[in-house]
Amino acid sequence: MNRWIYFAPAFLVLAIGGLFLYVMVADIDTKNIPTPLKDKALPEFALPSVHDPDEILRNTNLSDQPYLLNVWATWCITCRVEHPVLYRLAQDEGVKFIGLNYKDSRDEAIDWLAEYNDPFSKNIYDEEGTLGFDLGVTGAPETFFVRGDGTVAYKHVGEIDYDNWNNKLKAIYESL
Amino acid sequence: MIAELGFVALLLAMALSVLQSFFPMIGVVNKNLWLMQTGRPLTLGVFVMLTIGFLCLGYSHAVDDFTVAYVANHSNSELPMQYKISSIWGGHEGSMYLWIYILSGWALAVSIFSKSLPRENLATILAVMGMVTLGFLLFLILTSNPFERILPIPPEDGRDLNPLLQDIGLILHPPMLYMGYVGFSVAFVFAISALISGNLDSAWARWSRPWTNIAWVFMTLGIALGSWWAYYELGWGGWWFWDPVENASFMPWLMGTALIHSLAVTEKRGMFKSWTVLLAIFTFSFSLLGTFLVRSGVLTSVHAFAADPERGYFILALLALTIGGSLTLFAIKAPGLRSRASFTLFSRESFLLINNVLLSVSCFMVLLGTLYPLIFDALGLRKISVGPPFFDFFFTKLMAVLILALAIGPLLKWKKNEYKTLKKFAAIGAVASIALGFIAMYWYGNGEINFAVWLGLSLCFWLGFGILKAFKDNTRNAKSFMGGLKKLAPSFYGMQFAHFGMIITTVGVVMVSNYETEEDIRMAVGEAVQYDEYEFRFEGAYPVIGPNYSAMRGEMLVFRDDEKVVRLSPEKRNYNASGQIMTEADIDAGLMKDLYVSMGEELNSNGDWSVRIHIKPFVRWIWLGTIFMSIGAVLAILDRRYRKTIKVKN
Repeated sequence: MNRWIYFAPAFLVLAIGGLFLYVMVADIDTKNIPTPLKDKALPEFALPSVHDPDEILRNTNLSDQPYLLNVWATWCITCRVEHPVLYRLAQDEGVKFIGLNYKDSRDEAIDWLAEYNDPFSKNIYDEEGTLGFDLGVTGAPETFFVRGDGTVAYKHVGEIDYDNWNNKLKAIYESL
Repeated sequence: MIAELGFVALLLAMALSVLQSFFPMIGVVNKNLWLMQTGRPLTLGVFVMLTIGFLCLGYSHAVDDFTVAYVANHSNSELPMQYKISSIWGGHEGSMYLWIYILSGWALAVSIFSKSLPRENLATILAVMGMVTLGFLLFLILTSNPFERILPIPPEDGRDLNPLLQDIGLILHPPMLYMGYVGFSVAFVFAISALISGNLDSAWARWSRPWTNIAWVFMTLGIALGSWWAYYELGWGGWWFWDPVENASFMPWLMGTALIHSLAVTEKRGMFKSWTVLLAIFTFSFSLLGTFLVRSGVLTSVHAFAADPERGYFILALLALTIGGSLTLFAIKAPGLRSRASFTLFSRESFLLINNVLLSVSCFMVLLGTLYPLIFDALGLRKISVGPPFFDFFFTKLMAVLILALAIGPLLKWKKNEYKTLKKFAAIGAVASIALGFIAMYWYGNGEINFAVWLGLSLCFWLGFGILKAFKDNTRNAKSFMGGLKKLAPSFYGMQFAHFGMIITTVGVVMVSNYETEEDIRMAVGEAVQYDEYEFRFEGAYPVIGPNYSAMRGEMLVFRDDEKVVRLSPEKRNYNASGQIMTEADIDAGLMKDLYVSMGEELNSNGDWSVRIHIKPFVRWIWLGTIFMSIGAVLAILDRRYRKTIKVKN
């Protein structure tokens, strides 16, 4: 009986390994299976803008053109890596980004945009993460591809870099 | 041509590592001396082949051969030479190559410096090393070949090395860290070969200790370098983020620290054998886990520069084989390892056990915090991130208890210690530490009461008294104090040095976490502002051109009591190739405090800028302490008993 205790570490590792495997398999599926919001309109919301607490942004007044809704935060290190790519895409290719500043502090967010350039044409301030919750945001960064009529076409989890942009995401954006 | 040569060398290295994995092992099984002895030349062969490959890769980087995909993706013709070289490990393929190259270097070192080992042991050790090398070489060749070409139309110029990585700290950080990660493989293969042979005696622990210490030193310095780099390069003035990949390097460090202490018990008292073996396996497993977390992209982080599920599966399989296999071996063999010795509750053994339990629990909590989002995700619950508050909360508590015990442990005798010998010290020491901690806090905080600082500094004084008491006890029988100091063994000095480093680092962490301040200020040219006890005078910003970037450089004069302290010139850079914006903070580094200035944004055409000023008291102490710890670990292996074993055999 006592001997089996020595197998405990092996079982622990097995469990962790199984977790990794599951997450990786599931991850690949989430890339193929669209978000539950696919082809549905964005959830209703009314939240202030990052730069101006009095300006209320709603799902109805965001944009008439297709845009990318990018979930970001100053506490998110990957967003820092992604940020210059978004800026270049906005500048060079005219990609329209709307920011969703997620569970962040307004002052820090404004500082960050001042310091590292601002690729966003509008920026929603979601301090409590309520809109993030409705969108099913799993973490930052995450990007929703939204059509001109306000319906969601695609959701990208993780950072946007030139590789995945040129190989995949650009085509999705252009098809919006 | 050169890249192809490199690839051929890589293939040859793999072929030789196949032989290295099997020949010596078959020799041990069949008691064939000749086969056993093939281990050393084969180890050398693998190393030489990988050296040739590494030089080829380095050459491709140095001459800007953009037909090589890896060079094109991570280098640029404008890049200064030192960064062209360091761009070898600026991406996934090159980092993995460096990882394997260092592994073969450690194997070579073992084959050279372990002549005193019994033939069978050395053969087994080199064979197991060969298997690990082979596994990762397969990974490199099959999924991440750094020599792949872009033909027929190569790009005209490279994509450039991520500007975040264009820095001296990042030239050194990965190789240092890899030396540590991979260095723990030596303790691992020693443990595996000891399990296979069933010979787990104190000699095994004595062989393992110097190797483990050296790997630990590299790990310590590697982590410290990473923290220092993040501090000045990311521009936020933070020095630790509990980022998943930081955690991935911190977990093997915590386990390795536990291993160093557990090996001491196994060597001196022949106890904790199966625990020590388990720690050796876990330390290296956490190193491998770190590699997996960075490479698989299961967790997103600043380091995730090459997330690829294919690679993820391969590494996961490799890990399952290595870790699962060794833990199964452990489960089969370990029940036979019983030590007959015993110890009482108040003894050095029990305090080292406390150390091991606390460090293992800390490591487990870091693991839990890192994997928490994954666990919740897998269970179909909402994804949550636990973040720094979780880590800070449990980590400070566990470390406080650790330091409390750390002052006492080294003062105790093995096996059994009388309570009364320490009663007086504990009582006086505790009162004095609490009093001194209060005075220091009261004085530095100008009369403000801060309980965290009070507790932290009291613990530092407590540990300081413990170290003084250890010196006093150990020179008690000498004629004079100085004469006694000369007679103390290097291992004693090593231990005290490392523990002293703990004090320094703790002071740094406590002070900077509680007393740091920062402010964003709008400044016009010629304007001066008073901040803390300093006056910052902004002289304006002007453009400068670097080798591969253009920048705006601000000039800031700092005065105290109308006397000039320093001129700081922070920059805001725009890198030509990637268009990435980087803030280069300028720092006046000081033992008692750092003045840290970074540029925000130009606000109007008159040259007004937003400027961020940080004041960071005692932040240097965090890294200074790690240097003491490292010196301590090196001193400890200079002990005579490690040299003696080599001399006897020679």
